[in-house]
Amino acid sequence: MDRRTFVKGTAVIAGVSSLPRVSFGQAAPAKIGVVGPKTGPLAGGAAVTHFPNFKLWAKEINDRGGLKLKGGQRKIELIEYDDRTQPGECIKAVERLATVDKADFIMAPYATGFNLAAAPIFDKYKYPQVAQAAVTDKMDELTKKYSGLFFVQGSTSAYATTAINVLKKLKDEGKIGNKVAVVNVADTFGIELANAGRPLFKTAGFDIVYDTSYPLGTQDLAPVIKAAKAANPDAFVAWSYPPDTFGLAEQAKIEGLNVKAYYSAVATAFPAFKAKFGAAAENVLGAGGVKDTPELRKFYKDLKDATNVDGDYWGNPVYYSMLQMIEQAIVDVGSFDLPAITKQLKAKTYKTLIGDMDVRTQKLTWLWTVGQWQGDLFHGVAGVGVSGAKPVQLKTGWA
Amino acid sequence: MQPGAAVMDILIIGLLLGGTYALMAMGLQLQYGVARIMNLANGEILVAAAFGTFWFFTATKVSPFVSLIGIVPLAFALNWAVYRVLILPLVRRAKNQGQLDVDSILATFGISFIFIGILLHVFGGDYLSYSYLARPYVIFGENYGLNRIAAFLGSAAICIGLYVWLHRTRAGLTLRAVAVNPSAAGLVSIDVERVSALAFALGGAVTAAGGTLLSMFLTFDASLGVLFTLKALVIVIMGGVSEIRGAIIASFILGLAETAVAILVDPGLTLAAAYVLFLAILLLRPEGLFGRRV
Repeated sequence: MDRRTFVKGTAVIAGVSSLPRVSFGQAAPAKIGVVGPKTGPLAGGAAVTHFPNFKLWAKEINDRGGLKLKGGQRKIELIEYDDRTQPGECIKAVERLATVDKADFIMAPYATGFNLAAAPIFDKYKYPQVAQAAVTDKMDELTKKYSGLFFVQGSTSAYATTAINVLKKLKDEGKIGNKVAVVNVADTFGIELANAGRPLFKTAGFDIVYDTSYPLGTQDLAPVIKAAKAANPDAFVAWSYPPDTFGLAEQAKIEGLNVKAYYSAVATAFPAFKAKFGAAAENVLGAGGVKDTPELRKFYKDLKDATNVDGDYWGNPVYYSMLQMIEQAIVDVGSFDLPAITKQLKAKTYKTLIGDMDVRTQKLTWLWTVGQWQGDLFHGVAGVGVSGAKPVQLKTGWA
Repeated sequence: MQPGAAVMDILIIGLLLGGTYALMAMGLQLQYGVARIMNLANGEILVAAAFGTFWFFTATKVSPFVSLIGIVPLAFALNWAVYRVLILPLVRRAKNQGQLDVDSILATFGISFIFIGILLHVFGGDYLSYSYLARPYVIFGENYGLNRIAAFLGSAAICIGLYVWLHRTRAGLTLRAVAVNPSAAGLVSIDVERVSALAFALGGAVTAAGGTLLSMFLTFDASLGVLFTLKALVIVIMGGVSEIRGAIIASFILGLAETAVAILVDPGLTLAAAYVLFLAILLLRPEGLFGRRV
């Protein structure tokens, strides 16, 4: 089969460079490589969390006239490749961006495994790799090995720990009992979370009354929810992925699984979740969460206007803030001197949409890890090193 | 859980799941069993119909069943055109069924990418899902999703309708004749090309109807089609390629088996159970449950 690649230069650039009068000091656009799944199992998530951020960011920079660099202002041209949710394709695409397209900068790919797979290539060509959609417990090991690799989305155990702490607090306050039903999708992230979670539940004093896994992509979850309900739990935790996050909630609603705390991991923070379940989504807990600010609301509006995508309440704002950080580091350096940019990223704290970003240790020092649907927003209710968390509400049925 | 309740759960959830699988598989059965085209773009038609229904439902708030009025004829016309324009040249030049299988698998694999591209362009790559009849319906004191029951009834109606049409009408008879032996059917003045196009288009229409019904409770994205194609492929081969009855019964066997394993053993083993069953049937009856030995 032929290699299918999607190459899309932004139309803005084509328009500008075809004009006969190129203003003085307007250098050729900077080529920014973007790799991610446009097709395959991870495409649904990337269509929301990955690709739109780059589009908005490039548009805003180009509207301002470009990046202010030493040789004058340079606009941005995005070069996008589809990795078809295959690590091999992802590696090829990064390699191609580095050697054939000679990209000035390459954005980290989408999803944990893909970032780990591409890390040696980024390292080989000295591109900094600021991995956003990558959650792993191997951060320390990896950042030691690759000096240009940064993580801004936290570790697997941070997500498990904070979610379980939210439940522990409710239990200690006497708001819920100690019986918890835990299910997980049989895929890397789900298995890692489940394994990290089991001992944590025990130490937190929980009795795991139901514990099972189901294959990736399962949408017929009636047996799972029925069995969970039969175990009569006080809290329900699903280390889940889309589309099963949707399937579990629908079945919980039908089955009347009226736990006081209901948590599902990935995609709970998607606007599609709220759109599907409406009022029934109220007080559902999940991975992610945001702090409500006017700037944040404006970001979602801008994203919608520029890309027609409703951003999620987990990755999108972090992604955009990461881009703001990268942009400032590039402007500080004044050129696409890659090792200098890596050094600059580690040199200071950056002001961004979500707050101050500090990646001196190649890891973001804080982040929201647990959110809850309260009204129209998926508010952050717990995290690592965060302040201003909303109080957790108990779920009162699926009305 | 009481043993009696477990049996009831397995039966009802299994039957509902079997109905779901029948919706995925019947269209491919017509396309492969009669038109002899192993259509790997079948799942994309299902996803396209689900997206169309999503769009219709969120825009109008009218029952997804109403959208069938538009989606089914549209899918019929589209699949007819695909067959006449893209598939027929392959059929005409193929010297034997083996060559046609290879050609049509390659061609429809390519077509599936075109469909995915169009879906991505029109609907975007996001997960699409809506809520319809997501209410409990109580049978013997247990809750079941009303949307799944509605889809099951739709599925049953299509199964029975197709079966009766194939076995009680003259047009159905010509389809069965082509399914059994295209060259012999040609000898008794059946227009094999026309009947094959009809079967292919009908298969596409049934798949699209399946997509509409499934969209009431499944979440879709543009890349999900291949999963449905694979499931349908397993079922069609399990059932025996030449008989719609085989696909229907295989769907229910698979639905009941997966549910029994999920309830009695472990939900994590449903996929394994499905493939063990598939292997067992292939070993014991390589021609499928209702296939003829050749």
